[in-house]
Amino acid sequence: MSTLVIAEHDNATLKGATLNAVTAAQALGADIDILVAGANCDGAAQAAAAVAGIGKVLVADNAAYEHQLAENVSLLAAELGAGYDYILAAATANAKNTMPRVAALLDVAQISEITSVESGDTFKRPIYAGNVIATVKSTDAKKVITVRATGFDAAPAEGGSATVEAVAAVHDAGISSFVGEEVAVSDRPELTAASIVISGGRGMQNGDNFKLLEGIADKLNAAIGASRAAVDAGFVPNDMQVGQTGKIVAPDLYIAVGISGAIQHLAGMKDSKVIVAINKDEDAPIFQVADYGLVADLFDALPEIESKL
Amino acid sequence: MKVLVAVKRVVDYNVKVRAKADGSDVDLNNVKMAINPFCEIAVEEAVRLKEAGTATEVIAVSVGDKSCQEQIRTALALGADRGIQVETEGGVEPLVVAKLLKGVVEKEQPQLIILGKQSIDGDNNQTGQMLGALAGMPQGTFASEVVIDGDKVNVTREVDGGLQTVALSLPAVVTTDLRLNEPRYASLPNIMKAKKKPLDVFSPADLGVEVTSHLTQVSVEPPAERQAGIKVEDVDQLLDKLKNEAKVIG
Repeated sequence: MSTLVIAEHDNATLKGATLNAVTAAQALGADIDILVAGANCDGAAQAAAAVAGIGKVLVADNAAYEHQLAENVSLLAAELGAGYDYILAAATANAKNTMPRVAALLDVAQISEITSVESGDTFKRPIYAGNVIATVKSTDAKKVITVRATGFDAAPAEGGSATVEAVAAVHDAGISSFVGEEVAVSDRPELTAASIVISGGRGMQNGDNFKLLEGIADKLNAAIGASRAAVDAGFVPNDMQVGQTGKIVAPDLYIAVGISGAIQHLAGMKDSKVIVAINKDEDAPIFQVADYGLVADLFDALPEIESKL
Repeated sequence: MKVLVAVKRVVDYNVKVRAKADGSDVDLNNVKMAINPFCEIAVEEAVRLKEAGTATEVIAVSVGDKSCQEQIRTALALGADRGIQVETEGGVEPLVVAKLLKGVVEKEQPQLIILGKQSIDGDNNQTGQMLGALAGMPQGTFASEVVIDGDKVNVTREVDGGLQTVALSLPAVVTTDLRLNEPRYASLPNIMKAKKKPLDVFSPADLGVEVTSHLTQVSVEPPAERQAGIKVEDVDQLLDKLKNEAKVIG
């Protein structure tokens, strides 16, 4: 039995979510290889080779894979995946884009966003925005799976010595091209990788007030998130959204400020280790999941917290 | 340009779905059904393309039993021109839906196919991408902007770090994210008019597709409950608890 993990990376570095996918792969009990498809991606490939417990790293280094275009990467992954029993990736935006194409090309189902491995063919995954956990069994001989990173610990990034093997296959479907990107540049940790996250909701009232979170985030080395209400109201960009339709986070500490606690939002953060809620409405549903609730006006509480940290 | 838009009948997003006590399935007795919110955004985008003169015809398609005609009628009331139901018994898996949609695509030859990025029941986020792969078409998933430019479509996508724009050759598949547009409400006259718009019904066999099953649902359960904690008096107590009890800050 063997598993191919598709690496999440930016060519230079391997993204942490890959390590969570490796842990899920280990639970399947099969030998694990990693595919790094990119351009000038030696940095990511070397990092993948250092991950503990990996047999070999397949490196497809070609301009066609530079921007992870799903049309090209899926052809490659389906071709290489033909030799594996499992094809697995962390459920990042890239994997969500690419993996269903891989499954369709192999004529198998995809099992999306698993949170646990029950056996070699049975998995748990949230449905209905996390209100229900389904146990599903796959009857396909080959299984294409995406992994919810918060459901699995990260595998050790060091200690491995996988062989690195170049893949010659070049797949350029020629039907899509990269035009550009607007990526938020920040010195803060990434939302999905941060050990502390502080998020603002509609109660922040406007985008300027998110500055109140920034001072605290800087002192705690925290990432800043937002509820869908805050994003929809235009306070902050959508890549900050935590929730079922945004990012799923599970930090050691999650601080929800001015967030009422809609199901949509809870689905994205309720696996956090410790949850703090600050809200002036003492009946806000967020308090039902918070370990520590502070009923207070955030415009008083936030400056006080910042000054006392 | 012909635009095909796929719609799914799902539990209304305001309903809090629960697992049945025996864990056999989710409890969907007497719950309100509606068009999947992401599909509604897809319909709106297609209708706006028509209003802008870019699209000539908007076809709404749904896969399911007869009850999904209700959601096709909703799409027609929102401005789609005609409907297609692919009749299946109960729910089918995303791979099969993608194969059925590919059959409709071969029949209708649309230049653009717009779908929701995921349905709020299964949360699979697969069908559009699978259709793209099966039909050999490019895809712009999680779209927040769609601009037709000659024989190409530029799609701005919501990705992990921000936004990415890709150029796709037509015909292409687009899946919608929340911020692509704000769907309109159907007016009463349009709801009445929708009842008279044509709606064709096909079987999977008509489209040359065999309905197969690759996954079985073994059981369902409620998620682990989080216990509510305590309310703290003030900021000092909060910081004290975080430092000394939870030990999550230094």
